[in-house]
Amino acid sequence: MSMTDKLARGSRPIRKRAAVTAGVAIGALLLSGCVQSQREEDTGAGGEDAVDSTFVFAASADPAGLDPAFASDGETFRVSRQMFEGLVGVEPGTADPAPLLAESWETSEDGLSTTFALKEGVTFHDGTEFNAEAVCFNFDRWYNWTGVAQAPNVSYYYNNLFRGFADTPDTAVYESCEVNGDLEATVTLAQPFAGFIPALSLPAFSMQSPTALEEFAADEIGGSAEAPSLSAYAEGNPVGTGPFKFDSWNVGEDLQLSTYEEYWGEQGQIETVIFRIIDDPQARTQALQAGTIDGFDLVAPADIPALEDEGFMIVPRDPFTILYLGINHAVEELADPLVRQAIHHAIDKQALIDQTLPEGTQLATQFIPPVVEGYNEGVTTYEYDPERAMELLEEAGYPDGFEVQFNYPTGVSRPYMPTPEQVFTNITDQLSEVGITATPSPDVWSPDYLDKIQGTEDHGIHLLGWTGDYNDTDNFIGVFFGTESLEFGFDNPELFGSLNEARGMTDRDAQTELYSEINEDIAEFNPAIPLAHPAPSLAFAPRVVSYPASPVNDEVFSQIELSE
Amino acid sequence: MSTTLPPAENPSPAEPALAEGTGTGLWKDAFRRLRRNPQAIAGAVIVGLFLLVAILAPLLAPYGGNDLPGRTEVTPTNIPGPGEIDEFPLGLDRFGGDLLSKLIWGAQASLMIGVISTAMGLAGGMLLGLLAGGFGGWVDSVIMRFVDILLSVPNLLLAVSIAAILGQGPYAVMIAIGVAQVPIFARLLRASMLSQRGSDYVLAAQTLGLSRSAITVSHVLPNSVGPVIVQATLTLATAVIDAAALSFLGLGGGLPQTAEWGRMLTYAQAELSGSPQLAFLPGACIAITALGFTLLGESLRESLDPKTRQK
Amino acid sequence: MLRVIGKRLALLVPTLFGLSILLFIWVRNLPGGPATALLGERATPEAVERVNELYGFNEPIVVQYFTYMGKLLQGDFGVSINTGRPVLEEFATRFPATLELTTVALIFAIGIGIPLGYVAARRYGSFVDHGSVVLSLLGITVPVFFLAFIFKYFFAIQWPILPPDGRQDPRINATHVTDFYVLDGILTGEYDAAWDAFLHLILPGIALGTIPLAIIVRITRASVLEVQNADYVRTARSKGLLEKTIRNRFILRNAMLPVVTTIGLQLGLLISGAILTETVFAFNGIGRFLRDAIFGLDYPVLQGFIIFIAVLYAFINLIVDLSYSIIDPRVRVQ
Repeated sequence: MSMTDKLARGSRPIRKRAAVTAGVAIGALLLSGCVQSQREEDTGAGGEDAVDSTFVFAASADPAGLDPAFASDGETFRVSRQMFEGLVGVEPGTADPAPLLAESWETSEDGLSTTFALKEGVTFHDGTEFNAEAVCFNFDRWYNWTGVAQAPNVSYYYNNLFRGFADTPDTAVYESCEVNGDLEATVTLAQPFAGFIPALSLPAFSMQSPTALEEFAADEIGGSAEAPSLSAYAEGNPVGTGPFKFDSWNVGEDLQLSTYEEYWGEQGQIETVIFRIIDDPQARTQALQAGTIDGFDLVAPADIPALEDEGFMIVPRDPFTILYLGINHAVEELADPLVRQAIHHAIDKQALIDQTLPEGTQLATQFIPPVVEGYNEGVTTYEYDPERAMELLEEAGYPDGFEVQFNYPTGVSRPYMPTPEQVFTNITDQLSEVGITATPSPDVWSPDYLDKIQGTEDHGIHLLGWTGDYNDTDNFIGVFFGTESLEFGFDNPELFGSLNEARGMTDRDAQTELYSEINEDIAEFNPAIPLAHPAPSLAFAPRVVSYPASPVNDEVFSQIELSE
Repeated sequence: MSTTLPPAENPSPAEPALAEGTGTGLWKDAFRRLRRNPQAIAGAVIVGLFLLVAILAPLLAPYGGNDLPGRTEVTPTNIPGPGEIDEFPLGLDRFGGDLLSKLIWGAQASLMIGVISTAMGLAGGMLLGLLAGGFGGWVDSVIMRFVDILLSVPNLLLAVSIAAILGQGPYAVMIAIGVAQVPIFARLLRASMLSQRGSDYVLAAQTLGLSRSAITVSHVLPNSVGPVIVQATLTLATAVIDAAALSFLGLGGGLPQTAEWGRMLTYAQAELSGSPQLAFLPGACIAITALGFTLLGESLRESLDPKTRQK
Repeated sequence: MLRVIGKRLALLVPTLFGLSILLFIWVRNLPGGPATALLGERATPEAVERVNELYGFNEPIVVQYFTYMGKLLQGDFGVSINTGRPVLEEFATRFPATLELTTVALIFAIGIGIPLGYVAARRYGSFVDHGSVVLSLLGITVPVFFLAFIFKYFFAIQWPILPPDGRQDPRINATHVTDFYVLDGILTGEYDAAWDAFLHLILPGIALGTIPLAIIVRITRASVLEVQNADYVRTARSKGLLEKTIRNRFILRNAMLPVVTTIGLQLGLLISGAILTETVFAFNGIGRFLRDAIFGLDYPVLQGFIIFIAVLYAFINLIVDLSYSIIDPRVRVQ
C-alpha cells in the first residue's frame, strides 16, 4: 500500500524504478505497508528566523530509562530535566532550592508537615492538569512501590532519602499527602528531615503525569529476576510538565525531544533537542570539531586550549565536587595521626591541580565546596612541607618511610576526577619524595574498585570523590564520616554523634554553625585528605551564545541562547 | 567436521623429507635457503634489532621505564615535545615519562608478552594436540570438540573474557592471549600429525613392533612440528598486536604509565592533535616488530614447504 | 545435501551445551560478582545483600545453572544489566548496523583484494606484486584501532570530508523500517538519508576491511600462483584456448577455493575488529555494545553474544563447505 502511495505522489521516474526494484528484492522480508517515509512534508520551519532551532548535545551514555524516579545517573537526569519539573527547582547558578511548580511552601513548627502552594495553569504534555491531586499521586506512588521497585539500585534516591515504603512504615520518612483544594497540598513526614525541600529539587522527585503513569504501567518493572527491566512508561512514554516533550529514542544512537507548545514558561529558541550517544570522550571532542554536535559535557582538560583556539566556547561550572585521598585507618601505619599528617604535608595540592586537573579547580581544605552551608574559612590546614612530613614520619617511628597500598580506578572519568591515572601517578611521585612507597593497586571502576574500597578492608590509601546533588552539608560529610565505614575504617563516636545531631536540626542557622564546627573537628582529626574541588566544564559550538551552567547540573535547554 | 581445508593446502611434508634422507636435512636445507631470501633477511634483521634492544634496555635507556623524570614539566595543557628539553630527546608523555626510555623499555615488555603468551599457547596446544593426535579415538573427539568450542569464539573476545576474570594483574594479558592461542596450536599439531600417520616410516616403525607412544614421541612429533614453529613465529607478531588491543579496551593492568607500546598508544590518542609523536612512535614500533616476525615466519613457512623447496 | 545439513546442525547441540557450561563457569568466576555491578558509589553491604536475594544470586550454583539453561532453551537470553532491556532485543536492534558495516568492509576487502591478488600473481615480481605484498603486510601488522583512529583523524577532523562518527546524522530525521539505514533510505525514497548513512559507513568500513583485505590479497596471490602453472592450465594453453577462457574457466575458478574458505573464516576477525572500530567511530552496532558489556561486566549480554556467535560461526562454516561443491564439482560434501 505504501509503495503505491509513493508512486502516486509522483516523484521522478528514475526514483520510482529504483524504489520498486529494491522493494521487490527484499519485499518478501517486509510486511506490506510498513515501508513508508514518516517524514513531515513541511520543512519550511526555521526558514524566516536565521536560527537553526535544532540543538544537538552529545551524551556519554543512553539514559537508564525515561522515568527519573527510577534513576540516579547524570545522563538520565540531564534528559529528565528537559521534560520534567519538580515542586522545587534550583536558584540559577547556585545549589540552593527555589520555587518551581510550587510557588511557595510553609513548614510547620515541628518540621514534619509542609504545605505547598502550586503554580496555576500548568498542564502535563498529555493534557492532564497539574494540581494537588497530581502531587499527592506522585508522593503516594513512591511510597507504595513494591518488589523490584524497592531495590536500592532501582529507586536509589527514594531509598536513600525517604528510607522506607508503605510495607516498612517504621523506617519511612514519608507519612502522607493531603489535598487541600485544587492548588494546595500538604505533605506530612513521619520523622524530621532537614533536607526535605532541597531534596525535592532532584529530578528523581519530579512531577509526572498520573494519567500516563497509570496508562503505561510505570511501576511494572522487574518482570525478570536477573536485572530490572524497563516499564512501557520508562521505555517510551514519559510525560511531564517541562518545556520539551518526548519524541523518539533510538537506543544507542539518539534521543529526540521537541517543544511543548502549551508550556507555562518561556519557551526559548530551541524547538528540537537531539541527544546523541557518543561514549568515547575523545570522540565527543572530535564530533564537536567536525560540527556534528553543538555541545558536550566533561571536556578533558587537555582539550580545552585547542578547542578555545578553534573558536569553541568552554563553559566551566562552579565546582560542587570534592576529590579526596582516602585513608584506611585499619592499616597499622595509617591509624597513626602523625603519619596522616605527614602524608598531608607531603602533598603539594596546588602542583597536583596545575599538573592534572582542569582550569577553575579550587584547592580543597575541607570536604565540602565553599558554596555549601557550614564551609569554614578558618579550618586547620596542612601546608605542603616535605621536610615537616619527614620529621613527622621519624617522630611516628618510620624514619625510612614505609610502604602502602595505593588504590585507584581505571577506565573511568568522573566529574571530580577526569583522569584518575594522572592523579595517581602524580601523588605517587610526590609521596616517594618523603620516603613513602606507594604500591599501585588499580581496579576497573565498576564494580571492582568501589567494591574493594567500600566493601572490604583490603585497601590502603585511595582516590575517590563526590559530586553534590543539592545544597546539603550532610550530602557530603554525612555520607563520608556519618558512621563507621570500611572505606575509612575508624570509629569516632564523637564525630558520628555530632553529624547525626546536625542532620536532625530544624533551625537552619544553628545547623550551619554546628557544621562549621564539625568541619574544624574533621580537619583536626585528619581522617583523609581533601585534595581539590575540580570544576567540570562543557564545550559548545560557536553559535551557542550562552548556556545556563549550574553547579548541580540543573540546566534546561530552553534557556540556551543561539546566534545562528 | 567444521572447515575442511582445501586440498591445495594439504601437502604432506614428510615424504620429500624422507626422499632427501634425514629430518635434520630438512632443517639444514631450509636454513640454507632462508639465507638467500631477502624477505627472511629483512625479517631477521628487524627481529635481531628488536631482541637486542629488548635485552639491553637497562643499558640503553636513560631512565627507568616507569619513572617520571619530567613530571613537573607536564601540565594538563602542555606536554613538552621532541627537542624542547635537552634531557628528553623525544619529549615527554602525559605522565611525565621520557618517551625515548619508554620506547626502549617497551621492546622488553612486548618481548615478554610475545614470548610468554606464545609459550603458553604452544604448551597448551601441544599438549592437547599431542593427546588428540597420539591417542585418536574418543580422546581425539572430546579434545577436538572442546577446541572447536573455543575456536567458535572470536580470538579477541576469548582473550577479553579471560582478562575479565583475571582482573588487572600484571600477567593477565599474557595469560589471556596465551590461552586464546591454545586451540589454534592444538588444531595445527593434530592436523600435522594426522598427515604423518599413514606415511611409510610410521608403517615401518609399526611393523618393527614399536609402541604407539614411542612412535608418536620419537617419530611423528618431530616431523610434525614444522607448521607449529612457523605458527609460533607468526603468533609472536599477533600477540604484540592483541596486547595493544586489550590495552585499548582498558584491560591492560599494571601502572598507568607502564612502558608498553599498546598502553602508550592508547593513552596517546587523547593527545593526537597536540603531540602526534606520542601515538605514532609506539604505533610504528608495534607495526615494525610485527612486520619482522611476520616476514621471518612467512619465509620459514615457504622454506619448509616442499612445493617451493624444489625450485 | 539435506542430510548433510541436518547432521551438521545436530553436531551443533553438544557444542552449544559445552559452551553454555563454560560460560556459566566463567560468569561465576567474575571478580566482585554480579550484584556489585548493579550498584554504584556508596552501595552499602546491606544493599548488596538485598540485590543478591532479589535476583537469586544466593541460590545454589546448580539451581542457577538450570534456571539459566531453562530460560535459554525458551529463547530467553535474560535482560541486559546496563540497559534494562532483553538481550535478544538489544541484539536485534544493533545487529543490522554491524551487518551493514561488515558488508561494506567485506565488499571493500573482496573488491580490491581479489583483483589485486590476481594481478600481483600474474605479474609475479613486478612493482604491483611487491606493492601488494607490502600492503598486505601492513594490513596485518598495524593495529586496527590505531588505523581507525588515524583515518578518523585525517579524513574527518583535519580534512572533514567524511562524517567522524555515528550511523546517520540525526538531523536528517530519517524513517527507519529495517534498521539497515542505507536500505531504509532506498525503500522509503529518502535518498539523502541513504546517502548520508552510506557516507557514515565508509571510514569504519575501510578500517575494518583492512585486515581481511590483506589476507585476501595474500591468499589470492598464492593460490593463483599455484594454479597458473598447473598441468591443466598448460594443457589448456597448448590446446590454443583463448587467454580469457583460461583465466575465467581454469585459473580463477580453481584459485577461488582457498579464497572462499578464507573469507568464511574472517568472521572472527571481523567481530574482533568491529569491537575496536565501532568504539572509535561511535558506531551503534554489536561491537560497541559488547565493549560496554565488557566494561560493565554485563554478563547476560556477553553470554548471549558468545552463544549467538558460535551458532553463526557454525552456519557460516556450513555455507562455506556447501559453496565448495558449487565452485568445484570435484569436492563433494560428505
